[in-house]
Amino acid sequence: MSTLVEPITDLKQIANRIRIAIVKMIGAAGSGHPGGSLSAVELLVALYFRVLRHDPKRADWSERDRFVLSKGHGVPVLYATLAEAGYLDPALLSTLRKLGSPLQGHPDKRMLPALEASTGSLGQGISIGIGMALAARMDQRDWHTFVMVGDGEIQEGQIWEAAMYAGFHRLSNLTVIVDYNKQQLDGFLVDILDPAPVAEKFRSFNWNVIEIDGHDLEQCINALQQARAGTSRPTAVIANTIKGKGVSFMENNPEWHGVAPKKEQVEAALKELEANAR
Amino acid sequence: MKTTSSKFELKMGAATREAYGQALVELGRANPNVVALDADLAKSTYSAKFGKEFPDRFFTIGIAEANMVGMAGGLALSGKIPFASSFAVFLMDKGYDQLRMSVAYPHVNAKFVGSHGGISIGEDGPSQMAVEDIALACGLAGFVVLIPSDEFCARALVHRMAEWSGPCYMRTGRPKAPILYTAEDKFEIGKAKQHGDGRDVALIACGLEVGYALQAQAQLEDAGISARVLDMHTVKPLDDEAVARAARECGAIVTAEEHLLDGGLGSQVAKSVAASHPAPMEFVGIQNTYAESGTPDQLMEKYGLTAPHIVSAVKRVLKRK
Repeated sequence: MSTLVEPITDLKQIANRIRIAIVKMIGAAGSGHPGGSLSAVELLVALYFRVLRHDPKRADWSERDRFVLSKGHGVPVLYATLAEAGYLDPALLSTLRKLGSPLQGHPDKRMLPALEASTGSLGQGISIGIGMALAARMDQRDWHTFVMVGDGEIQEGQIWEAAMYAGFHRLSNLTVIVDYNKQQLDGFLVDILDPAPVAEKFRSFNWNVIEIDGHDLEQCINALQQARAGTSRPTAVIANTIKGKGVSFMENNPEWHGVAPKKEQVEAALKELEANAR
Repeated sequence: MKTTSSKFELKMGAATREAYGQALVELGRANPNVVALDADLAKSTYSAKFGKEFPDRFFTIGIAEANMVGMAGGLALSGKIPFASSFAVFLMDKGYDQLRMSVAYPHVNAKFVGSHGGISIGEDGPSQMAVEDIALACGLAGFVVLIPSDEFCARALVHRMAEWSGPCYMRTGRPKAPILYTAEDKFEIGKAKQHGDGRDVALIACGLEVGYALQAQAQLEDAGISARVLDMHTVKPLDDEAVARAARECGAIVTAEEHLLDGGLGSQVAKSVAASHPAPMEFVGIQNTYAESGTPDQLMEKYGLTAPHIVSAVKRVLKRK
C-alpha cells in the first residue's frame, strides 16, 4: 500500500505526460471531451500521486480510498492518470472508445474494474459517494471517498439533494472536488446558468469549503490532504481551473468541450506540450 | 376487495407492504450487511419496522428519491445489500435515471421496493398511484421485477430477492390482500404458481389481480369453462415455460394486471406467447388513462379490474379460439 510520492517537479512532468496522453488518445479516437479532461489534470495528479491511499497492484484492496469521477465525460484524464499510476498498460490508451476496449467513452466499471463507479449521466456521483462514505462509517473504516463534479454538472438538482444530505449528516469522510472551469457544452456558465457563488452554496449546506487554483499542484495537494483529514464535515474543494489547460488554442474556448482535435491540431498541441517536457 | 363470489370466498390477510416490512426485519437479523433506505414514507412502506430494530443500518433520506437511489448504488458498490423503498410512483419515476445509471448499468446488488402500486390505494388519487412502474422496471436491463399477490408470497420473495445477486424491483400494495397461500408455500424468482389445470383458458395475473382471477375461475367453472390461473409474481424474467404450456394446452390467454396495458405483464406475456405458441389473448388492465379518488373497490370496478371484467375478457377470447 502506498501513496506514490514524487517531488513536485516530477509531478509537473507527470501532469504534462498526462496532457500529452489525453490529446493523443482523443485524437486517435476521433471523438471525446478534451476541454474538461485537460482542466482536471493537476487535481488527479495530486490525488493519485500524493493524497489517495491506494495500491495500483491491488485495485480491489478494501482499505483503498475511493475516487468517483461524476463528470464522466472527462474520463480521458482518469485513464491517463491510471496508466501513469500503474493501473493500466499505457498501450491501452490508444484503444479509447474502440469496440471491446476497457476504455469506454464514459467510465464503465463492468469493463474496467479499477474504476469505482460507472458514470456519464450527470449529477449522480455525490450520491454514490455518500453511499460509499456511509458504508465506511458503518464499518468504522478510515478510507475516504473523493468525488469530482463539473461546474456545469452542479446545475443538476440531485447534486443539491446529495449536498444537503452529506452536510446534514456531517460526512467528514467525503470530499467533493468541483472542477470550476466556467464552461459547459453550450458555452460559458455565465451565459447559460451561473451556479455562482459556489463556495457560499456549499457552506450554506454545512460543508467545509476550500478554494484553490486547480492548476497549482501544491495548492491541490494541500487542499485535498486537508479534506482527507476532515473531522466534522464533508469538504468541497472548489478548484478554479481553465478548460483546455495546456493547449493554447483550446484554453477558454467552449468549442473544445466535446470535439476531438484533427491530425494537424493534435500535432500542434503535442508540439506545445512536448516543449514543456524535460 | 370484495371477497365473495359464487362458490368462492377469500379471507383477507395483511397488505403486501406490511409483509415486506416484516421480511426486511427478518433479513436484518440474519445478515448485518442488509441496510434500508426510505424517502420519507417509511411508515407507509413499512421499512420503519426495520429502522426501529436497526437504527444504525437505516437511512432516512428525506424527500429526495434520486439521491436515495444513487446512495443505494454506492452502498452496494461497498458491499452492503441496500433495500430502498418509497411509493412506487416516486421511486420509479423520480429515481429512474439513477436506477439506470447508478444501478442497472453497473449491475449492482441493490433492491428497490415500491409500495402503493396500482390504483387500489384509493382516495389519494392518481398523483400517488403507480400505473407505469412495471413497464419502467422492465425497461432496466438485468433487473428482476416482482409483484407479490399476498403476504406469504411477498415475504418469501423478499427473502429470494436478498439471495439474488443483482438489482431487483418489487411492487407492494396498500390495501389488505386476500390470503392465497400459507407460510409453507415455496416461491422462486421466475417460476409462476399455477392454480388448477383447466384447459379452456389460462388467466395470467399478478398482484391483487390474482385474487380476482381466482374469483373469475370459480365463476367460469359455474358456466362450464375450465380455467387455470397463473400467479405470475415475477414479470421479469418471465416464466416462459409456464406461459408456453398455458398457450399450448389452453389455446387462449387472458392477462390481468393493475397497471397500464402498455409495457406491463400483458406485454411481457404477449411477447412470450408470440415467440412460443401463438394463441389469442385478451388484456385486463388500465386503459390508457389515469384513475381518480374513490374507495379501492369502487376504483377497481370502475377501471375494469375485477372478476366480472376478467370473465368478460374470457368470453371474448374464447370466441377467437
